[in-house]
Amino acid sequence: MPTAVTPEAVEKTVKDALVQFGPEADQITRDATFEDLDIDSLDLAELSQIIEDEYGVQLKGDDVAKIKTVGDAVDLVVSRAA
Amino acid sequence: MNREVVVTGIGAVTPLGVGARALHERWCAGRTGISDGEGVATEFEPSDHLSVKEIRRADRFTQFAIVAGDEARREAGWEDDLPYAPERVGVVIGTGIGGIGTLEYGKEQLIEFGPKKVPPLSVPLMMSNAAPAALAMRYKLHGPSHGVVSACSAGADGIGTAVRLIQAGDADAMVTGGSEAALTALSRAAFAALDALSDTGVSRPFDLRRDGFVMGEGAGVLIIEDGEKARARGAKPLARIRGYGASSDAFHITAPDKTGVGPANAILRALEDAGLTPEDIVYINAHGTSTPLNDRAETIAIKRALGDRAKQIPVSSTKSAIGHLLGAAGAVEAVATILSLRDRIAPPTLGYEEPEEDLDLDYVPGQARRLDIDGAPAVGLSNSFGFGGHNAVLCLEAT
Repeated sequence: MPTAVTPEAVEKTVKDALVQFGPEADQITRDATFEDLDIDSLDLAELSQIIEDEYGVQLKGDDVAKIKTVGDAVDLVVSRAA
Repeated sequence: MNREVVVTGIGAVTPLGVGARALHERWCAGRTGISDGEGVATEFEPSDHLSVKEIRRADRFTQFAIVAGDEARREAGWEDDLPYAPERVGVVIGTGIGGIGTLEYGKEQLIEFGPKKVPPLSVPLMMSNAAPAALAMRYKLHGPSHGVVSACSAGADGIGTAVRLIQAGDADAMVTGGSEAALTALSRAAFAALDALSDTGVSRPFDLRRDGFVMGEGAGVLIIEDGEKARARGAKPLARIRGYGASSDAFHITAPDKTGVGPANAILRALEDAGLTPEDIVYINAHGTSTPLNDRAETIAIKRALGDRAKQIPVSSTKSAIGHLLGAAGAVEAVATILSLRDRIAPPTLGYEEPEEDLDLDYVPGQARRLDIDGAPAVGLSNSFGFGGHNAVLCLEAT
């Protein structure tokens, strides 16, 4: 069963995923941009896979292209699940 | 007359440690990196050299190539400043298999959890050209780059191809070599099924009791440059790549041609390319896999190519010191050959004790031996032969 989608849960999932990709945990704030965190399209493909697995929410290429910050990613997942 | 190509930096990751000198010194001291029937690069710790992101973005075979490449680049004096226009420098790295560990992990995920769990990084990590791509990106090189795939001759063919790119005028310098990380469940089982691996787990090239090869892993990387341009920038070359000769057995997918004609032709072609004769060769780093077929066919090939001179040349195999590094072997052994020639030393064929009839070359038993060459040029051959009947020979001269 997918995990219940709350902003807090999604933020934790996203941060836990990103920290595996290289950035330091304290760099990963809602306002941090993927560019600043050196998170590229391949990382976002991995993140999308983790999100889908956890919440059953599919993020397509167009969605991913639009998000610029950690907060954008969290908000997108929450809005899709609503 | 071919354009002169020189080696200005070398690097290696092998079961004898991280570093070209670690390989050379430990092998010459009679140490082996083989343990429990395999040559694992146990001293290689990715996080000593690479960031979290770099480690995630590279299969183990690419990680080896990066670390060996960084060592070679430091020695060449390229680290702070590339001495050529970036579009005049390229990368050719050979591999036998590429990222097989990544491939196997992806397949496990597929079987166990389904297609949606196959990692998006699978393709960029497993592709056989991942190592040259990583080096081009890391060093910001915009010249020609690609992989070379010819099984266990890929390392030597990679270097030969890079030499030709310089000689053809397509590049002023190249980063080149070979890399392999195939100590995985699938490749281990597959080589064993072919009956190519040693049942006893002991590598003893050219010995009567040899019963197959022992797998190893690692990488060898060289920085090579147009000789004239290297001197103009004040570089101090370690060696010259005098010649490269390649041929095909066109005989069998795994077995060597017992007549040794294919490898002999590669040796002769390398000598011809170098403008040298058998009398000029003072040392041979053999392919010497410790399989019954290779070591016999290679001995025949050396005698066929070099005639009476063959028995006067020390011939040693690196493979009982580090295992068979497959697509990295030719590059790591070129590195080892360069250091042997520079130090005027023939490292030993470890484990060689009992001769077999007709395998009658000087295989350097026991311990390393000085090359008594009285001031003559230190010129040697490094042989590599691969499944598929690919034969590649490099002729190297210490400077």
